[in-house]
Amino acid sequence: MAVRHDEATEQGPGRKLTIRFTLNGSICEATVPPETTLLQLLRDRLNLTGTKCGCEIGECGACTVILDGRAVASCLVLAGQVDGLHVQTVEGLAGKPAPTAEELHPLQKAFLDRDAVACGFCTPGMLMSAKALLDENPEPSRDEIRRAISGNLCRCTGYIPIVEAIERAASEINRQSACHEHDEREA
Amino acid sequence: MGAGDRSIIGSSAVRLDGWEKVSGKSLYVDDLRIPGMWFGGTARSPVAHGYIKAIHRDPAFDWSQVVVVTAADLPGPNAVRMIRDDHPILAADEVCFVSEPVAIIAAPDRDTLIKAIDALSVEIEEHSPILTMEDSLRAEGIVWGDDNIFAEYRIHSGDPAAGFRSADLIVEGTYRTGHQEHLYLEPNGVIAIPRSDGGIELLGSMQCPYYVHAALAHGLGLESTRIVVKQTTTGGAFGGKEDFPSVLALHASLLAQRAGCAVKMVHERTEDIRSTTKRHPSRIHHRTGVMRDGKLVASEIDLLLDGGAYTTLSPVVLSRATLHATGAYYIPNVSIRGRVVATHTPPNGAFRGFGAPQSLFAVERHVDRIARELGIDPLDIRRRNMLRDGDQFPFGQVLKEGVGASLVLEQAIALSEYKEKKASKAWRCGPDPHRAGEKAEQAEKASGAQPSAQRTSSAVRSVRKGVGLSLYLHGGGFTGAGEERISAKAQVRFVSEAQVEGSFIGSSQVERASVADDQIERGQSRQGHIEVLVSNVEMGQGASTVLPMIAAQALGLPLELFSHPHPDTSRVPDSGPTVASRTTMMVGRIVIDACSDMVAKLKAALAQWHEVRPEEVELANGRFVACGEELGSFTSCASRFSREMGPLLGEATYVPPAGLRWDEETYRGDAYKAYSWGAHVVEVEVDMETLEVRPVKVTAVVEIGRAINPVLAVGQVDGGTLQALGWGGMEEIKLEGGRYLNDRVTTYIIPTALDAPDIEVKIVELPYERGPYGAKGLGELPMNGGAPALVSAIEDATGLSASAIPVTPERLMALMDEGSEIRKSKAGASNPYLAAGDADCGAVEDAGETP
Ligand code: FES
Ligand code: FES
Repeated sequence: MAVRHDEATEQGPGRKLTIRFTLNGSICEATVPPETTLLQLLRDRLNLTGTKCGCEIGECGACTVILDGRAVASCLVLAGQVDGLHVQTVEGLAGKPAPTAEELHPLQKAFLDRDAVACGFCTPGMLMSAKALLDENPEPSRDEIRRAISGNLCRCTGYIPIVEAIERAASEINRQSACHEHDEREA
Repeated sequence: MGAGDRSIIGSSAVRLDGWEKVSGKSLYVDDLRIPGMWFGGTARSPVAHGYIKAIHRDPAFDWSQVVVVTAADLPGPNAVRMIRDDHPILAADEVCFVSEPVAIIAAPDRDTLIKAIDALSVEIEEHSPILTMEDSLRAEGIVWGDDNIFAEYRIHSGDPAAGFRSADLIVEGTYRTGHQEHLYLEPNGVIAIPRSDGGIELLGSMQCPYYVHAALAHGLGLESTRIVVKQTTTGGAFGGKEDFPSVLALHASLLAQRAGCAVKMVHERTEDIRSTTKRHPSRIHHRTGVMRDGKLVASEIDLLLDGGAYTTLSPVVLSRATLHATGAYYIPNVSIRGRVVATHTPPNGAFRGFGAPQSLFAVERHVDRIARELGIDPLDIRRRNMLRDGDQFPFGQVLKEGVGASLVLEQAIALSEYKEKKASKAWRCGPDPHRAGEKAEQAEKASGAQPSAQRTSSAVRSVRKGVGLSLYLHGGGFTGAGEERISAKAQVRFVSEAQVEGSFIGSSQVERASVADDQIERGQSRQGHIEVLVSNVEMGQGASTVLPMIAAQALGLPLELFSHPHPDTSRVPDSGPTVASRTTMMVGRIVIDACSDMVAKLKAALAQWHEVRPEEVELANGRFVACGEELGSFTSCASRFSREMGPLLGEATYVPPAGLRWDEETYRGDAYKAYSWGAHVVEVEVDMETLEVRPVKVTAVVEIGRAINPVLAVGQVDGGTLQALGWGGMEEIKLEGGRYLNDRVTTYIIPTALDAPDIEVKIVELPYERGPYGAKGLGELPMNGGAPALVSAIEDATGLSASAIPVTPERLMALMDEGSEIRKSKAGASNPYLAAGDADCGAVEDAGETP
């Protein structure tokens, strides 16, 4: 199914804006009305529906993506604001479009193993908040984890499994990079 | 039939829907698009009560680009089919609550839709509304029927008058609970697609596909064969998608029929909060006769629920509330009256626990009050009165086996070190390591220039700790003869390699909005697999994993061979709604029987093919053998069956357990097939300046017969506990003139990761003979115990005894003010615990209680 970025939107006609940004590692160009939010761009135009919409006013965290390293609510960001920037969504987390269980990102694996996923609606946003945290702080404390995901509501899990999954993923990532360094030194 | 020693039951298999969810590939209803699809929206009543004079369409708007449906345009009866047909699809004449739908509109795009809704105005002659249960009872204005009472139940046992006469002491109290919003993360939403035969295909987020199916047939006046309902991945529900989706499905279908194209209706968050059902508010009065040693001898309970404007499921919610009114205790002489009344507020409906949490809150707080008045420990009074094998409920049911009350209570006490904490002044007043750590961390972080007046003062703040406990139960499955009435069916279907299709949502018209075709199905190169076909949905609770686990165990085959497709009423039998903690316990049992049926069919065929008797054919470790001769693997035999004899289907229907009886007329008998049990111990810290409460640790012990998947089971307890703490401590709907004032996620506050305590869960198992592999109900259970234990812990910390929830800082402040009043008037009011335990901590004394 080819995705055409310039097809007529569900938002009606008007003035358009062309933006170029890096989306999950690839260059992406889209022409949208100026009031389009990043969330609408991703979901309605680019068919990346992994990013969820739970409130559209910045209150639930379901739409969290990573914008130039920072976790942001994509419903509060205008598409025009991401021109020239890097955007990462849950679809880019594993680094492959259709990852096998083995190819999932350590965060995704840990969420599965620790059953940090129930209805799954908060999961993509949670994963992105967690990814932004671990990118910046590879060994966060439990309190730091709680704070990092405090803007992401979850009504199913009671959060504890999520916090533990993030902790587990952090140590897995650190273990992998330690092995990696070790291998490099050996080589 | 067993699986030898390869036990799937009791293993923590990773959820089968997990991969799709972590990779962002699960398709929720708003992720689906139908070519040419329109968008639907609703024009609503701005007032709580009134009569529609006119619906005006602004002539400046071009109405030819949209379709509008009002009550005058309905093709069938103006009623959303539920228990009673009193809930209009669209208000025709009278409006009975703020946000009641008056007209629905569909437009080709969202912008036009918003403009159209703005261009439509409803002229209403406003009347004064009935907004409280008390006003409704006085029946000064009529909201519903002749007397505003949707339903009433009475239970009577023993001789209450004599019981009260014999009592040493009579203790009374009134307890109140408020509305609770489900706040499932995915708002309600559906897509209706008109079919060429004039019927409707309905996709949506829901718990009960056959409820929606029945509502569409009734409201659209269509034969049921022309309606297909398909559940889409559901982002949480908790009861909020039990009755409400029928309303939205009718609206979208009416618009789709009118517009002649697919119509999507997905609520925005504020609209969802404003217009959907909530947990019923309650006012419950207890009057109890007790002996000096703590023995409960007589009880009179008056239970009142606020049903809102229409019946919805209120009579059944009331029934469960009434049957749970005496909680986990044996009382010989009881008189209960339960009523649910109508008010001009949005209709209340199902919410996890379904009336039981309200009853358990009241009875647990009341038992604490009795303990306080008698000067005995809350633990001791529970030990003395808790239900045991052979005890009888006031409605006549005798508990024959598997009473887990004592088990969960004792384990929770031991695990949480309740007694040690309760007795330790050092623990109670001591500094909190968690907070200390946090402060140090923050100090480090704020080494810059953050203004920290608050931090400074928090350093000298007095934080008080407290611990509280609750003991509770929950009846699994439908109340009374509900299971017998619906007589659920389940199927397992073998899908041979040739038949494997892109299952998901079968609508030919659905575009997979996000998933490229090659990514759709993972691992579809199966040599055939088995589908569990039931109408019960996965909504986060784990049905898509647990039901396949049960089937895999029953057939002795690996779990990878099983799937639980999204229920689609054209493919799955009616196994009832996904409610009442019944999916595992009731439907799981039927799935086992369906597996037996499939095996029997295969054995009969094998007997014919191999000229042996069917009794000689055996299934072991996934292979059929007869008289020592190997006949082939399950899948190869099943494939041959499908090729030669047609679809291989195992089918079964619910079999009522022998020896249980419920009489709806007398409202007596075996109200539930089995009870699950739980005990919560909650530890809190209360900031004595701001009166902010922070639950820091919760110990939850639950007895659920058998945990099919322990990790998923623990997840249910974690989530249910936090939801219960939210209800008890922070979640509050504020109403003004019948309008919900806080209709946003930032004003209706639910717990965040910062509010979540550490929760230690222990599962204990007293297998239930009739349950699948011993399992009883679980999903709702933890909702019953969190709030009373929280409030009890707050009382333990502060001496402020709340009888209404949520216990917000404002409410605590009010209690404190009242307390000082009470102290002034009756000096020396005594609370033995405070006197003994809290004197050294300073601050607060007994504040008394306010009904
Ligand atoms: S959808 Fe963006 S925060 Fe809720
Ligand atoms: S898993 Fe359902 S909201 Fe988090």
